[in-house]
Amino acid sequence: MYKRTLMSIAAALIGTTLFGMSAASAQSYPDRPIQMIVPWGAGGGTDAVGRVFASLLQEELGVPVNVVNRTGGSGVVGHSALANAAPDGYTIGVMTIEIDMMHWQGLTELTHEDFDILAMVNADPGGLMVSADSEYESLDTLLEAIKAEPKGTFKSSGTGQGGIWHLGLAGWLLSEGLEPDHVTWVPSQGAAPGITDMVAGGVDIVPSSLAEGRSMIDAGRVRPLATMSGERQEAFPDVPTLNEATGSDWTLAVWRTLVGPDGMPDDVKATLTAAIEKAYNSEEYQTFMNDRGFGMRWASGEEATEIVAADDASLGEVMTKAGLAK
Amino acid sequence: MSVIVEAFGLVFQPNVLLVILGSACFGMFVGAIPGLTATMATALLVPITFFMDPVPAIGAIVTATAMAIFAGDIPGALLRMPGTPASAAYVEDAYRMTRSGRSEESLGAALVFSAIGGIFGTIVLVTASPALAEVALKFSSFEYFWLVVLGLSCAVFVSPGSVTRGIISLLIGLFAATIGIDNPAGEPRYTFGNVELLAGVQFIPAMIGLFAVSEVLRSVVSRSERPPVPPSSGDGIFRSQWTNLKRYPVQVLRGSVLGTAIGALPGAGADIAAWISYAVSKRFSKQPQKFGTGHVEGLVEAGASNNGAVSGAWIPALVFGIPGDSITAIVIGVLYIKGLNPGPTIFINDPQLIYAVFIVFFLANIIMLPLGWVAIKSAGTILAVPERVLMPIILMFCIVGSFAINNSIFGVILMLIFGVLGFLMDENDIPIAPAILGLVLGPMLEQNFITSMIKADGSFLAFFERPIAAGLGLFTIAIWCLPLIAMMIARRKRTAPGPNAPD
Repeated sequence: MYKRTLMSIAAALIGTTLFGMSAASAQSYPDRPIQMIVPWGAGGGTDAVGRVFASLLQEELGVPVNVVNRTGGSGVVGHSALANAAPDGYTIGVMTIEIDMMHWQGLTELTHEDFDILAMVNADPGGLMVSADSEYESLDTLLEAIKAEPKGTFKSSGTGQGGIWHLGLAGWLLSEGLEPDHVTWVPSQGAAPGITDMVAGGVDIVPSSLAEGRSMIDAGRVRPLATMSGERQEAFPDVPTLNEATGSDWTLAVWRTLVGPDGMPDDVKATLTAAIEKAYNSEEYQTFMNDRGFGMRWASGEEATEIVAADDASLGEVMTKAGLAK
Repeated sequence: MSVIVEAFGLVFQPNVLLVILGSACFGMFVGAIPGLTATMATALLVPITFFMDPVPAIGAIVTATAMAIFAGDIPGALLRMPGTPASAAYVEDAYRMTRSGRSEESLGAALVFSAIGGIFGTIVLVTASPALAEVALKFSSFEYFWLVVLGLSCAVFVSPGSVTRGIISLLIGLFAATIGIDNPAGEPRYTFGNVELLAGVQFIPAMIGLFAVSEVLRSVVSRSERPPVPPSSGDGIFRSQWTNLKRYPVQVLRGSVLGTAIGALPGAGADIAAWISYAVSKRFSKQPQKFGTGHVEGLVEAGASNNGAVSGAWIPALVFGIPGDSITAIVIGVLYIKGLNPGPTIFINDPQLIYAVFIVFFLANIIMLPLGWVAIKSAGTILAVPERVLMPIILMFCIVGSFAINNSIFGVILMLIFGVLGFLMDENDIPIAPAILGLVLGPMLEQNFITSMIKADGSFLAFFERPIAAGLGLFTIAIWCLPLIAMMIARRKRTAPGPNAPD
C-alpha cells in the first residue's frame, strides 16, 4: 500500500517533469533557473570563469544561473555529475582539460564524447619557470644542464602525479629527446604550492601556466624562461616560445569549455551558444580575463570539439610514454 | 598621511558600513549553526561581492569570516559541537564550563580573546607583512612535515584521558584521510569503484557527524533528559574577562604571537595554531591537571591564537598571492576580480584601498564585541529548550550543512557514518578531537613526507639538513621524549632514596 502510494507519487512527479520539459522546449527555452556545475573549488580560476559566465548568461537569458561547485577526485566527481545530468539545457557546466586525461589514467569511463561542447572560452599555455635565485637565465642553459647531469638531479613540481603540468614537462622532455622522467616530478596540490616550494628551494622548475605565476613574477621571485605556445603571449611579451628558445615543437595549453550533457536539443544548444558568444565578447569578460592574466580563446561547437579531441590523442600518447596511462 | 585619510573616507560611508554590519550578522549566524562554516560563509558571499566596489566587497568577507570563526565557539561551548576544527581544541573545557553554569564566562572569554587575537594579528599584518612573508617563503615540504607532526603530537598529548586512547583516535582520523585519489601518487585508495569516494572523506560532514550527530544519538539513547544547566551566574559576559586578562597576560600574548605566526605560513592555518597553542598553554601552566575539566586558561590562549591565525593568513595572500587557508584562497580570487592584484606592488599601486581593508579588519574585530554579546545572550536561551525539541532541529541543520558542502547526498551519508563512529568512540572513552585533526592534517602529513622523500632521493637525513626544519624536528622529538625522561627522573627519585637512606 505504502509502496504503491510512493510509486504513484513518483510517477506523477516524473509525468509532470516530462510534461514540463516538453512544454518548455515547445515554448521558449529557458523558463526556469539553470544550474552551472564547476568541477573545481570555489576561488580557483575555473570557478572564477564559471561565475563570470553565470552572471553574464543570467543577464542574457533572463533566468537565474546558479553556480554549484562539485569538487574532488581530480575533477572526476564534478565531470561525472555534469555528464549524468538530464540533457535539457538546465544543467550546464565548465569542462576542463582533465577530461582528456582521467580516462587514460583508468579513473573513469567518461570522455569528452559524453558532453555536448558549446564553446571554448579560455586557454592558458603552459610555461617553464625557475626561481629568481636560480643560476639559469635562459632555457637553453637550463636544458644543457639537465642533459649534462644524471637523471633525477633536477626536480619539478606544480600539479599532482600525472596532472596536466606533469604531462607538460614530460612532453617537453620527450620533444628534446630525453626520457619523460629525466626530471623527477614532485607532486603538489596545484601550481601555487609548487611555485612556493620552488621559491623556498624545494624544487628547480615549475612548468605551469605563466598566469599562475604572475604575482610571483611581478614580485621578482620567479623567472619565466619560456611559454609552451606557438606564439608569444600578450601578457608576457619578453618570454620566448619553446620553439624560439630551444627549437622544440612541443605546445600545450589548458583550456576551459562550457558544455552540457551529451544529447541536448539543437534549439537549446543554439540559444546557449549565442548567449555564450555574446558574453565572451562583452567588455566585462574581456576586462576580467585580462586583469587576471588569463588567455582568451574562442572556438564554438565543431571547432572546439576538434581541439578537445586532438588534445585527447596527444595527451594519451605522452601519458602512455611516461607510463602514466593504464 | 593623506592616504590614510583617504582610506578612512572609503570605509566610513553609509553603504560600506551597512555592508559590514550586514555581513557581520550573516557571519555570526552561519558560524553559530553547527554544520555551517566560515569557509561556506565566504563562498556564499563571493557571488554577491561581484556587484560591489572593492572596499565593501573585501570588507564583507573580512567581517563575515572573523564573526564566523568566533561564532563557531558558541555551539562548541553550549552543545559540545564545535563549529570549526580550530574550536575543537578547547571544546571540552568550554563545554564543561557551561555544564557548571559558567557558559557566559566561557563564551565571553572566547569572544574577548578572539577579538584581542584578531586585533594583534591585524597589527602584525599592517606593520610587518613584507618581512613575515619573507620568512614564510622559506618553508618547504621539510618544514611543513615537522609542523604537521608537531600539531598532531600536541593533539595526542593534550587529549583528556590516556595518551594511548588519543593515539587510537588520531589513527582513526589518519586512516579516514587516506581514502580517495587526492594523494601524492594519484592512486585511488579504498574507493571500491565509487566516484564520490574518489573525493575522499570531506572533513566538514565528518566533523558534523563525529561531534553533532553523535551528540544527538547520545541524547536519543540515554532517554532521560540531562540534568538542567544551572543558570549562568550574573557575572556577565565581559566582567570576568578583565580578571582573566590580568591573570593570564602571558598566555594571551603567547597565543596571539604563535597564532599569527603559524597563520602566516601558507601551508598551516588556524587549526594547527589552536592545537599547538592549547598544548603550549597546558605545558607551561601552573595547573596542567585542570585542563580539559572546565579550565579557562587554555581557552584564552587557543582562542586568541586561532583568530590571530585568521589575520595572519592574509599576510602571504596579500604580499605574494599565496593563500594561507581555504578562506584566503577564495579571497585571492575576489581580489583579482576587483583589480587589486596581490603582490608587493599592492602596497604601492593602491595604498588607500589596502589601508581601507586594514581599517575594516580593525572595525570587524571591534564590532565583534557588541554583536557577540547579543549572539551569546540569545544563544544561551537554547539551553532552556528541551532536548527532544532541540536535537531534531540540530539534526536538520547537520543534514543541510553536510548536503550543502558539495550539493550531494553523499555528504549526508558520510555524516551519518561518522555520527555512529563518534558515538561508539565516545561510549568507549576515546576522545574525538584528535580524529578530526588527523583527518584535516593527514593529507598534509602524507603530501609533505612523500614530496620531501622524492626531493631528497630517499634520504631521511634531509629532514634535518635545512636549518628551520632541523630546529622544528629536534623540538618535536624532544616533545616526544619529554614524558619518557620525566618518567625516568621520577623513577630515579623514587628509587634513589632507597639505598642511600640513613637507616
